[in-house]
Order: sequence, then C-alpha cells, then structure tokens
Amino acid sequence: MSGILLLEQSLNSLQFGLMLFLLAAGLTLVFGIMDMINLAHGSLYMIGAYLMATFAEATGSFWVALPLALVATAVVGAVLEISLLRTLYERDHLTQVLATFAVILIANEVVRLIWGNQSLMLNAPAGLQGPVALPGGMQYASYRLAIIAVGASVALLLYLLVTKTKVGMLVRAGASNREMAIAMGVNIRRLFTVVFALGAALCALAGAMLGPILAVQVGMGENILILAFVVIVIGGIGSIRGAFVGALLVGFVDTMGRALIPISFAKMFSPQVASNLGPSLSSILIYVLMAAVLFFRPKGLFPARG
Amino acid sequence: MRLALLLLALIFPWAMHALGQDFYISFAARILIYAMAAASLNLVLGYGGMVSFGHAAFFGAGAYMVGILAAEGITSLWISWPIAIAVAALAALVVGAISLRTRGVYFIMITLAFAQMMYYVFVSLKAYGGDDGLSMPGRSTTGFGVSLSNDFVWYYLVLGLLAAVLYLLHRLIHSRFGRVIEAIRENEIRATAIGYPIYRYQLVCFVISGAIAGLAGALIANQTSYAGPSLLHWVQSGTLMIMVILGGVGRFWGGPVGAAVLLILEEVFSGTPILGAYSLHWQLPVGLILLAVVLWAPRGIAGAFAQKHS
Repeated sequence: MSGILLLEQSLNSLQFGLMLFLLAAGLTLVFGIMDMINLAHGSLYMIGAYLMATFAEATGSFWVALPLALVATAVVGAVLEISLLRTLYERDHLTQVLATFAVILIANEVVRLIWGNQSLMLNAPAGLQGPVALPGGMQYASYRLAIIAVGASVALLLYLLVTKTKVGMLVRAGASNREMAIAMGVNIRRLFTVVFALGAALCALAGAMLGPILAVQVGMGENILILAFVVIVIGGIGSIRGAFVGALLVGFVDTMGRALIPISFAKMFSPQVASNLGPSLSSILIYVLMAAVLFFRPKGLFPARG
Repeated sequence: MRLALLLLALIFPWAMHALGQDFYISFAARILIYAMAAASLNLVLGYGGMVSFGHAAFFGAGAYMVGILAAEGITSLWISWPIAIAVAALAALVVGAISLRTRGVYFIMITLAFAQMMYYVFVSLKAYGGDDGLSMPGRSTTGFGVSLSNDFVWYYLVLGLLAAVLYLLHRLIHSRFGRVIEAIRENEIRATAIGYPIYRYQLVCFVISGAIAGLAGALIANQTSYAGPSLLHWVQSGTLMIMVILGGVGRFWGGPVGAAVLLILEEVFSGTPILGAYSLHWQLPVGLILLAVVLWAPRGIAGAFAQKHS
C-alpha cells in the first residue's frame, strides 16, 4: 500500500464526508427540532444544483452564481415550509413520509419540465481546474481541495452559529426539548422557517460544490438522501456534532472501502472474485457501520435529547 | 360493495378479452401481486406498528430464489415457490431478531440497512446476473399439463393465491394473536405488564409478513420472468410503504387498495395516448394526488371509505 494512495483517498474521504455533513446538518435539525421526516431534503439538493448550473451559465462566474443559488434555494425551502410542511408537523411520521415522497415526485417532474431530461454541465471555477502539487510529490485536483476548504469553513461557521449565538441557543433548546422551548416563549414557527431555509441553503451549497464532479441530473438527490439519513442516525438525531462525526465516519468508511477492499481482495482471491465482491462489499460497509453503531448505542453517538 | 369487487375481479379477464385488451389481464395480475406484497407490509406496519423500511428485501429474496432455481434447472413451482417463501421467512427471522431490539426511527433505519445489504449482496452475485438481474426462460412449471404462460391461467392463479392470503390475514388479525399484536402497538408497557412476551409476538408477526412478501416476490418473478436487484432497492421498499399509507395504515383493505390505486394512477398517467408528450411527466399528477390524499384523507383511501359508511 503506497502512502500517496492513502493520502489521496484520505483527502477524497474528507471531501465526501464534508459534503455529506452539509446535507445531514439541515436534515438532522429538521428531524430533531420539528420531529419531521423530510424525504424532500434530497430534492432541495437537486434544486440547488440546477439553480447553480443555471446561474453559472447566466453570469459566467462560479463565485457570483454560488450566493445567488444559495439564496434562491433558501427561498424555495422557506416557501415549501410555509405552504406545505408546516401543516405536517402535527401529523404522524408515516403521513410525513407520504407527503414528502409526493414532493419528491413533484419536484423531479417540475425540474424535468423546466430544464429537460438532459443532465446539466457545471464547470469548476476558472483557476481551480487543474491539479495542484502537494508536499510529498502528490498531484491532487485543486477543485477538490477547494471543496474541502469550503466544507470545513462552513462546518466551523455552523458550529459557531449553534454554540455561540442566540439563534443557535434557540435551535439547541428546540432540539433537546421542544415543549419546554415553546413554554419559555420561543417563537417556534419562525424558528422552524429559518432553520428550514438554512438547511435548504446548505443543501444548495452541497449540490453546487458537487455539481462539477457529479452530474447535475434528476434523481441525484434520492441516493444521497439515504446516506444523509444514515449519517444522522449514526450521529444521533438532532445533534449537529453527531452529524459532523457521522458524516466524516461515513465518508471515510465508504471512500476507503471502495479504494482499499478491491486491492486487498486482489491479493487474497482471484482477480475476478475481487472485482465482483469488492464494490458491493464496500457499499455494504456503511450499513454494517450503522447497524453496529445502533446495536451498541441505540440512540446514536451523540443523542441530542437528554 | 365487496361482492361487486369480487365479481369484477372474476369476470375481468373475460371482459378485457372480449374488448381485445388482453394487455390489461397481465396488468391486473401485477396489481394483485403488489396487493399481496402491500398487504404483507400492512400486517407489520399497520397492525404491528413496526415501520419496516426494508420490506423489499423479502419481496426480492422470494423473486431471486425463483430466478436462481430456474437458472439451476429447477422450474417446478412445487419446489421453487416453497423455497422462496422459506428463504424470505428466514431472512425476516434474522432481520427481525436484530431490528426488533430497536424502536421508532431507529427501527426504520436498521431495517433499511439490512435491505440495502441484501441489495448489494445480490448485485455482487455475478453468476446470477449481478447488476442486470436474472432473466428466466419462462414461468414456473406446474407438473400436470397446465401452462402458466397462459395469461388467463396466470391471472386466476394469482387471484386465488391473493384470496387465500387475504383470508389467512383476516383470520390472523381477528385471532387472539392479532389482538395481542395490536395491543402491543397501542401500548407496549401495558402489554408487557399483562404478561405477553412482546418480542416473541412481534418477531412471529414479522416472519409471517416476510413469508407472504416472499410469496409475492416469487409471483412477481414469474409475472415478468425476471428477477433483478431493483426489486430489493430501497425505492421498492418505499413504494410498498407508499401503497400502504395511501390505502390506509392498519385498514384491512389498505394494502390492496393502495397498490391498485398507485399502479393504476401510474398506468393512466404514463400510458394514456391522449396525454401525448405530457405522459412522460406522469410523476407530477401522481405526486399531486398523493399530496391531496395526505391533506384530505389522513387515514388513507380505505380509511376514508370506512368513515363514510359508519
């Protein structure tokens, strides 16, 4: 096993984990504070990526388009919350599943009607398109480094927001005991809308940053949604810190599994067996991780509710 | 009402044949199969209060068993279908034994995790098609000269099996066992205090449900002569769940009604020539209708009907 491969895969893991965190942070807050299962979270990620591709095309600049896409997706999220999701908070989880599943269907078709069936192209910003040399003689895509930088700084900002500001205090109060927060006079309706819009903006950021690496297409939100749910369950529902640790764990296990299992299998078994088993075994790993975490810590690593 | 539906189900193939619309006989058989799968999920989800987000695992396992046995040369339904049911039940036993130690959202996620694991296991079985799935040469053989490839025979066989399963479920739900299962859903602590071994009851319920899903899986593999990993994918689990919620959670007819309504909606909006190019966008009207059901029929379609009659 070469050190360079290991380093490269660690950076990939970090990048994937941080992007997962952006998705999981919003999901865990909505779930934890509002006690709401929102399957449509992945749709906001898709809408964010589409808006980003459109704005980037129109303005010609990645960095001008990014804030526009974030704000626009936050507005979409707020409208969704006020018009529909608000009526679902009092309903049981199964009803929420059905309603937000319906939202997924509607969002997919509306996106298809507006942007067509073809997947969109989104280019990495100028200046970040080539590889960059890292100490140790390794070449690594500069854009992926930028993703890591953006993801890490947003995680830090979010941490400061939740632990040091008044809004953050209200969010934590809502997550640990909603009834008590209401009784203490928190305007929970407005808080919900703000949290939901913030979660939507984080989704858009993940969609926008991943756009140049993955294809911007209908259905992109559904698969990553399940991973985001795995993350928040591992971390403990409602906990930002849990989402962060869970996202990095899932990022590392998934990326490392994909990179290392086929290689180590090739040494033990015939190449054919290795190429057959490798990819699926690494996909299974994160679910094994989740089952193991739930077995030993049934409420996740960092339970938010005391 | 029920009599009329039964009559409709019985004469349906002849009516369609008379109208020259033989395609709809096979479509109706598909509805009946999904009705069975949804009814099996409704047993654990609606009556048992166990929200299984991995039910496609048992459905898909049943389908794969029929496919794999056919690939190995065993096509007799007398062998392959019981094996499909047994394997699905065994899978449900293992998944249930571990998952039932958790509650609430964590139960949802751990059943999902197991289903996804099985999904990737079947994807990795390159000898049995891997990603592409497994095509079978034809439907299972009966051994006494009746061919299931005849759509009439197939339809009535599926209808008969669905009727048998629904009868069994009806008896089960109204038995002492069914009452205990519902009591556990309503209040676990109280059921424990009365002295019921709730874990064992829930596990048995989960296994029965898995076995029925396995039979439905064996049927769907026969229906299309194909077993693929998409049958185990979490989207399939989600679809089964949507069917149950749409029809009515914990309503006896919830599963079948939901399956029929969802599949018919899909068919109407995706296959009607009048809609022309817009039929590509069938998900939009289906999504809007689902939303309408959530907002105005909170207890599902079967629940809304029951309310009107009482």
